[in-house]
Amino acid sequence: MIRKLLTYLTFPIIMIWLLITSFNSSRFRPDSAMELLTDPSWLNNWPRWLDIPLMKWINDGFKVFNEEYGIYFEAVNNFLLGAILSLKKFLMMMPWPIVIALVVAIVFFSSGRKIGTTIFVGICTFFIGFLHPRFWDKAIETTSIMLIGIILCILIGIPLGITMARSVRVRNATLPVLDLMQTIPSFCYLIPGIMLFGLGAVPAIIATVIYAVPPLVRLTDLGIRLVDTEVIEAAEAFGASDKQKLLGVQLPLALPNIMQGINQCTMMALAMVVIASMIGTRGLGDEVLLGLQQLNVGKATEAGLAIVLLAIVLDRITQAYGQKIQERNKPPK
Amino acid sequence: MSKIEIKNIYKIFGPQPDQVLSMVQNGAGKEQVMEETNHTVGLDNVSLSIKEGEIFVCMGLSGSGKSTLIRHINRLIDPTSGQVIVDGVDVLSLDKKEILEFRKKTMSMVFQRFGLFPHKTVIENVAYGLEIQEAPEGQRKEIAQGQIDAVGLQGFENQYPAQLSGGMQQRVGLARALATDPQILLMDEAFSALDPLIRSEMQTQLVDLQSKLKKTIVFITHDLDESLKLGDHIGILNGGRLVQVGRPEDIILNPADDYVKAFVKDVNRSKVLRAKTVMTKIDKFDTSGINPSSTYKYDEDTFIEDLIPRVLKDRSTIEVIDKTGSTTGYISSEELSEALTKTK
Repeated sequence: MIRKLLTYLTFPIIMIWLLITSFNSSRFRPDSAMELLTDPSWLNNWPRWLDIPLMKWINDGFKVFNEEYGIYFEAVNNFLLGAILSLKKFLMMMPWPIVIALVVAIVFFSSGRKIGTTIFVGICTFFIGFLHPRFWDKAIETTSIMLIGIILCILIGIPLGITMARSVRVRNATLPVLDLMQTIPSFCYLIPGIMLFGLGAVPAIIATVIYAVPPLVRLTDLGIRLVDTEVIEAAEAFGASDKQKLLGVQLPLALPNIMQGINQCTMMALAMVVIASMIGTRGLGDEVLLGLQQLNVGKATEAGLAIVLLAIVLDRITQAYGQKIQERNKPPK
Repeated sequence: MSKIEIKNIYKIFGPQPDQVLSMVQNGAGKEQVMEETNHTVGLDNVSLSIKEGEIFVCMGLSGSGKSTLIRHINRLIDPTSGQVIVDGVDVLSLDKKEILEFRKKTMSMVFQRFGLFPHKTVIENVAYGLEIQEAPEGQRKEIAQGQIDAVGLQGFENQYPAQLSGGMQQRVGLARALATDPQILLMDEAFSALDPLIRSEMQTQLVDLQSKLKKTIVFITHDLDESLKLGDHIGILNGGRLVQVGRPEDIILNPADDYVKAFVKDVNRSKVLRAKTVMTKIDKFDTSGINPSSTYKYDEDTFIEDLIPRVLKDRSTIEVIDKTGSTTGYISSEELSEALTKTK
């Protein structure tokens, strides 16, 4: 009872305290107390002293952080850079017809042998190079940065989503962080990324993960929680352990949603890779930026189209697989 | 000996069940508790004893706590207070690992909306319990196939549940439950989602299976006809309280309160009552007026449905005999009319 009363009283007490200090620090000294109400000009401007020094704290903290832990970031940087470079080297080493053939084969099998989708994706892949010969290598560069980013997203996002689905506490703690990650302007973490990792592909990957992982986490969590409670109960009634339940029932049934999450993740990663060209990441986004800087509308549009084509290819691959699973679980109408 | 003992179970849903418990124990009703504390009373001092090898039907309307009760037996739900004893083992004393072992070995469950795994084929579904027990692949297949044959689903092994009709899906559910060869079968409104014809077919199939298997079955339903057809004993729940427990004919002839009375009002008694419950015992029956040539002999377990035409049309008296063939009592039109109308 007293506790409740105190909680209700906290807010008014703080307000009154703020008003009193505001009055004290303003130069307004009226003749009567009534004048405070009739002429509230002393409250028009936000008082200068009422300011949380967040900027200073963050700057100081970041500085110390950078000095103390810089060496770890160096290691992460080297590792990720190595991964990107070797993937890029491998993809670029392959003759382009073989790359197209590989993409077509992947689509064909992941879509459950749908001829239409396969041909469409094949044509899209072909058109990336057909738009401008230089785009082929650029697209491969973009794809390798994205692939590493998506792999990181999956490694972080799916386990986090699973933990969220299992514990309300973790979910309550994680949701606001995901909101923050999705709404904060990307430059706010691109710049610190550069300070930690230097210019190039690695801060781009970190930015990609921050930007693209939330939908995957949310959809994994949702997918697991949406699994029919009676099905879960059935597994429990047969004495399934938590692990058996998760691997045998929850994850397979959440897979369409998780695949949707990976699809969203891919699309957002692609969007981010373009923005990341502004911090010196090479790839298709680089071409768009160049076109804009030279006021060459044709060049920018051409590169933009190439990005759309790449998006279509990646979207079809991830989408098709999710649909294939979903069709099996739904009754034929 | 009783297979399942439930002793003074209370279950209260809400944030602080322990604080509300004493209020419920002192006799506060469901509505009162809801109003004053915003807690829901799921079960209110329920005690039951279920014998080995019988079908115990637990009946009540939705919200009466019957599904909550059945989930206490395999501890999918923990009670707020009380004891559940299965085979002499206090289920609530088991730790997490033991409870998994207990569920694997002793019992399995059939669900209202089937609870099948949509991503597994029929045979994989049936073999699920064995998969959890980590039985070898070949053995799993063999047992699952046997159960599929037993419920008459040959040829559907490799279909997915979504491709089957409701009745067939529930047969898969039943086969899955039987595949682990449990001693106890928990059936939560197992046939309620099926249409009437399929339901009656499934009931018959269950009775047939039971006559061979002799499992202990706890069956939940809201359908009185179903409970009368299946149950060796019936327990009736209302608002979390156990109102009456008894044999089907006890429930029909001596309903404990208005709630049960309303339930049994429309039931077709001739299909439920047996000759031995209706007859007047041989020592109390005045045999002087009957003509021995116009009597018929019937077994004491016959439903009186079969006797009605004899008594009413042929104006004869029924001589009730037991298994050994000796006469135990008589039924005339008087007994019949009393049994078909009277409610105390």
